Amino acid sequence: MADSTLAIGAGAASTPRRQVGSLKKLARRRATTALLLCAPLIVLIVSLKVYPTFYAVFLSLLDRKMNSFVGFDNYIFLLSRPSFQLVIFQSCLFALTAVLMKALFGFVLAHLMHNIRGKNQRIWRGLLLVPWVIPLALSTLTWWWLFDPSYSAFNWTLNWLGFESIPFLGTTWNARIAVIAVNVWFGAPFFMIMYLAALKSVPEQLYEAAAIDGASAWQKLIFITLPMMRNIILITVLYSLIVTFADFDIVRILTNGGPQDSTHLFATYAFTVGIQSGNIPRGASVSLFMLPVLATLAFFVLRDVMKRNKEIST
Amino acid sequence: MTSVTAGAGAVPRKPKVGSLERQNRWALRGSYAALSVFVVMFLIPPFYMIMTSLKSSAEISAQKGNPWIAQNPTLENFIYLISNAQFQRYFFNSVWVTALVVVISMTIAILAAFSLSRMGFKGSQVISTGVFLTYLVPPSLLFIPLFQIVGSLGLINNTWVLVLLFPTLAVPFCTWIMIGYFSSIPRELDEAALIDGANYLQILTKIFIPVALPGIIAATIFAFTVGWGAFLYPLAYLYSADQAVLTVGIVRELIRGDVFAWGTIMAACVMGAAPPIIIYTFLMDYYVAGLTAGATKG
Amino acid sequence: MSQVSIRKVVKAYEGDVQAVKGIDLEIGDHEFVVLVGPSGCGKSTTLRMIAGLEEITSGEIWIGGDVVNDVPPRDRDIAMVFQNYALYPHMSVFENMAFGLKLRKFPKDDIKRRVDDAAKMLDIEMLLDRKPKALSGGQRQRVAMGRAIVRNPKVFLFDEPLSNLDAKLRVQMRTEIKKVHQLVPTTTIYVTHDQVEAMTLADRVVVMNHGVIEQVGAPQELYHNPQTRFVAGFIGSPAMNFMPCRLEQAAGALRVRLSDKLSFPVPASRTARYSAHAGKSNLVLGLRPEHILDARPHVEPDQHDFDMTIDVVEPMGMESLVYFTVEGVPVCGRVSPNAGAAAGKSMKLRADLSNMHLIDDSTGKVL
Repeated sequence: MADSTLAIGAGAASTPRRQVGSLKKLARRRATTALLLCAPLIVLIVSLKVYPTFYAVFLSLLDRKMNSFVGFDNYIFLLSRPSFQLVIFQSCLFALTAVLMKALFGFVLAHLMHNIRGKNQRIWRGLLLVPWVIPLALSTLTWWWLFDPSYSAFNWTLNWLGFESIPFLGTTWNARIAVIAVNVWFGAPFFMIMYLAALKSVPEQLYEAAAIDGASAWQKLIFITLPMMRNIILITVLYSLIVTFADFDIVRILTNGGPQDSTHLFATYAFTVGIQSGNIPRGASVSLFMLPVLATLAFFVLRDVMKRNKEIST
Repeated sequence: MTSVTAGAGAVPRKPKVGSLERQNRWALRGSYAALSVFVVMFLIPPFYMIMTSLKSSAEISAQKGNPWIAQNPTLENFIYLISNAQFQRYFFNSVWVTALVVVISMTIAILAAFSLSRMGFKGSQVISTGVFLTYLVPPSLLFIPLFQIVGSLGLINNTWVLVLLFPTLAVPFCTWIMIGYFSSIPRELDEAALIDGANYLQILTKIFIPVALPGIIAATIFAFTVGWGAFLYPLAYLYSADQAVLTVGIVRELIRGDVFAWGTIMAACVMGAAPPIIIYTFLMDYYVAGLTAGATKG
Repeated sequence: MSQVSIRKVVKAYEGDVQAVKGIDLEIGDHEFVVLVGPSGCGKSTTLRMIAGLEEITSGEIWIGGDVVNDVPPRDRDIAMVFQNYALYPHMSVFENMAFGLKLRKFPKDDIKRRVDDAAKMLDIEMLLDRKPKALSGGQRQRVAMGRAIVRNPKVFLFDEPLSNLDAKLRVQMRTEIKKVHQLVPTTTIYVTHDQVEAMTLADRVVVMNHGVIEQVGAPQELYHNPQTRFVAGFIGSPAMNFMPCRLEQAAGALRVRLSDKLSFPVPASRTARYSAHAGKSNLVLGLRPEHILDARPHVEPDQHDFDMTIDVVEPMGMESLVYFTVEGVPVCGRVSPNAGAAAGKSMKLRADLSNMHLIDDSTGKVL
């Protein structure tokens, strides 16, 4: 391509070879600047997210004093303990139930909101999003107060209606339900917002065409709404599964894993074992049990996002 | 659906149209009713939070009457907190930590997003996807190894550790949002600016940031929310009262098994929840944009 | 001192795809040159290389006597008008136009004077405080031009600026652009795929195809003397008719034979040029529709009548287009609206061979 025998007019200073060289330099300079701009991000992520993950694996293979290698002993020990087996069960139960309910509520709410047009919708939306806005730790405290064994306002209302008081956090299943309820209260608005956005993006004409074709409201839902919203539904459910599965705040504040370890999740159990009892390697092992599930979920999220990523990067 | 009758004695056509309208009106009324139920359910905790904060310890312990309404509302809890040095410390720590975290996170995110969405270079795709992936790694996985790392840095029980760690919670998603917004700016705008004589820094500051301002606000709100409300990291790494932030401070210090302090606790919660709520009231649309940006733009 | 020289410029992408295959072009001071051609011919790529938005794989580009290959766009002293206007959405019209001057640290009064002058010239003074989204397409295009004018550059570059406008607006803006060039005679390089724009605006037209320049010349020159089949078929609307033919020599006279029944004598003025190709059979006769008329009383030299069955008639008001077939090839003619053309009927047509073109089908060159 480089035609070195270029006939140059008067006053020309550059030779072709120098042209190509400095062009390359220009291109390289831009790529270096670009990388430099990304550097803080990469350094941050690698040092405080990637490295700790691998470090956690390393830690989980050590003994309590962190002097010697014990291989998979921590994992085997954990799996043999009933309290940990409960943790596995509870985490899965919690994640699946809570996400299902959040998705359902969010879906219903989105449809209800969609019926309201114009400015009013903003007001309702504003009110319904409040659970999401309040810091979770603080709103969980309020729930704890609402569930308090002696002073619960809920129980006062039940008594006033003629019912017995309920020990919300006192029994195993009550506590589990309470934890799930708080999580659903907190997360449903998120689902509502996402689904509402998705609903808005379904062209009105599709529904009109279906109406002419004779579809009932139920059929419209099944054959038009759900398929068009499929992507958003999938992404929000997967994302929420990941976040709910790894939740810490609610259980820690509401029940601290009790009563009798019946509400412990991986996160809270890891905290109790690792930080409170001071057994770092075992705590790391607890956390790492989440990795396979998280990785699988992340894989599915990634696959869906990659499709859209192609359009975005350059 | 036609109800045409032959000849005279016409059935008025109006009810046909009216009944459709009436159907819609009933659907609307039903929606409002159902939504009201949900609103009540969603707002019970915040409402009760405020109510309790207005009760004196005497009223709480007396347990007389309807707990849902403050019988003798008083501001004594708030006054107590505002003049309490420890609470002031918590609030102050939360403020400066969150402020720093927001600035740091947004700077990193904007620079990286500009680079990834505009200056196409080998591997930018990989990095973008990687950024999104790491967002899915939860703090509950990292806090144990980070405990060791933070310890070796000598930052245990030092509020500065939050300034170091909180950006990891916010930056991935903020970058993701900004990449989405930056990518939607047409390339011709860059080229026009290049010809007008701008260098890359000027393009970023004079063109991209103003045009993508909604995205920046949304991402900033997100970073603020994450920083202000974070609980696990502060709980794991901060121990003394003067190093704590609001979330940990309220939960750990104020709960002393003393039931009658709940008025104070709730008042503290109200004050802790106030900044996000205030921001939310004024910038609700950006809040929502930030949430949906994840799905629609990225 | 604002000539532009393009010398042996090549633009290649990865995978050895060559968008521009080595072109040479000299553009003089104050000239209005239009690069025209179909999509993918390399005209936009060439323009962007002149602007500095694309890197030059090899060759040299000179602006005003300096080589600009390694010079960034801001230092080339050029201004560009984009197809999609590229107006900064968050700035007012005034700020959009002033942006380049502000970056170059011009004094405030100077900026205001320049912007006001340009706004007056383009009739957009009342829009100075508005934001781009409050403007119509035509107004936005004018602002884009204003932004280029205030810079007072050596060269204006236009990248298909009228493609996004509706037909009527396009005609209006074409005239505007021509008027502006008369007032501000900056060297202009204009890219379009519309040959009508090229013909009406240009001092010289550069026809490009597949990354090479087919022909350069004044509009009239390209119209009357196209050098290749591509140029002949690209310029002019409706397009030139191409009919396969044979060149026969009989009794010292050349005839162009289209079919067993249809042939025309070659005009005397062309005999010398074509005699060398007598007997060849892979030739194409190029005849513009405006040179296939209805038979009128007065016959000019080199005009020959023939009968033809008309397939389709398109009445255009001031004329009618008639379509017929010769040996399977559709041919178009332009006849008077009163000539009595009707579909399915036979009609007497007249071919004006003084404007004929003979093309060698194997090389595509006009003989």
